[in-house]
Amino acid sequence: MNEYPRTKPGSQPEYLYEGYRATIRRAPSQPLIQLPHTLSELTGPVYGHNPIGPTDNDLTLHFAEAPQGERIIVAGRVLDEDGRGVPNALVEVWQANAGGRYRHTRDNHPAPIDPNFLGAGRAVTDDAGSYRFVSIKPGAYPWRNHHNAWRPAHIHFSLFGSAFVTRLVTQMYFPNDPLIPLDPILQSIPDADARTRLVSQFDLSLTEPEWALGYRFDVVLRGRRATYFEEGGK
Amino acid sequence: MSLIPSASQTVGPFFNFALTPDARLGVLAGEGAEGDRISLALRVVDGDGAPTPGDSMIELWQADARGRYTHGLDPNFRGFGRLETDPNGECIFETVKPGPVDGQAPHINVIVFARGLLKQLYTRVYFEGEAANAHDPVLALVPKDRRSTLLARPVAGRPNAWSIEIRLQGEAETVFFDV
Repeated sequence: MNEYPRTKPGSQPEYLYEGYRATIRRAPSQPLIQLPHTLSELTGPVYGHNPIGPTDNDLTLHFAEAPQGERIIVAGRVLDEDGRGVPNALVEVWQANAGGRYRHTRDNHPAPIDPNFLGAGRAVTDDAGSYRFVSIKPGAYPWRNHHNAWRPAHIHFSLFGSAFVTRLVTQMYFPNDPLIPLDPILQSIPDADARTRLVSQFDLSLTEPEWALGYRFDVVLRGRRATYFEEGGK
Repeated sequence: MSLIPSASQTVGPFFNFALTPDARLGVLAGEGAEGDRISLALRVVDGDGAPTPGDSMIELWQADARGRYTHGLDPNFRGFGRLETDPNGECIFETVKPGPVDGQAPHINVIVFARGLLKQLYTRVYFEGEAANAHDPVLALVPKDRRSTLLARPVAGRPNAWSIEIRLQGEAETVFFDV
């Protein structure tokens, strides 16, 4: 029995999802080999001691002037499967600018580059597992997966928990985005509830008057098996 | 209470300005690190044998030369590395050869992220010619004819340089693990 239970079927995408064309030549064709957890899997890099700059979690402060776009606050908790906050978790985010363009040499979408926006941030969760970013709402952008393909607005998240097996890279979406049902990357997740959990929620209590809209986004990392573990709950 | 882990999503093609802006993350072991210093080149190719230029990322997690996972304890060794692949699909880490861990042969734990990978792939790098490979409990789980996909080989003419190809799909597909 592994200390970190394997994930529930349907809650994660498979490697091959033909609707997302790039998976076709990159998904492994052989079955994965089940690996019992050893020290190699149960340990992981520790980030609590690494310096995080005072403005690393505010993507609107990285240049002399404010970026263009709708200012937002994105906050939430990093939790384990038992609902406990994961402290000292490194959370890295990256995103397109308000016009839907990444600050990347190979992004050739003909939308303007915002000289005041890089679109990368970092934070470390506090003792309760909470994190908070300030940014601008990213724009949707076209990609060449299929005819007239557009990615819904999203923010990429990269998280380290307490072990190499809890590593997670995912994307956060915004509520009521009409592109969500059309997006093969999000729709690659078989379970509808699992897809919904990647959509942030507008939260008036996070919203700051006359300043910025707030969106709540909690992330659940794989958790260590406790003495009590219930399959299939919510 | 039981929550379900959040679903993975691809790292996409445009991560480098956020995740790999600092080539220093390719250096796990500095000058003063204990052990045999090595370089390890990993090259990621797809099912057509084509490189994954700039749109895949490798993370390493390894023990120190004494076989201890000691991230953060030794200023000259950090156990963790992260690089994007170059236009040839390759990245090269500077590190030390790890010691044996927990009854296992020396190995480096690897995660592959890429455009087109909806979730990360886990694999391991062992060292060709290492006597302990014959008794490694993880290699023993791998069918014999696929074990060689996990072995880094010495680079001819370059002492202490090792290389391995990570084939995502197809002929000689690398062994990936469900962890």
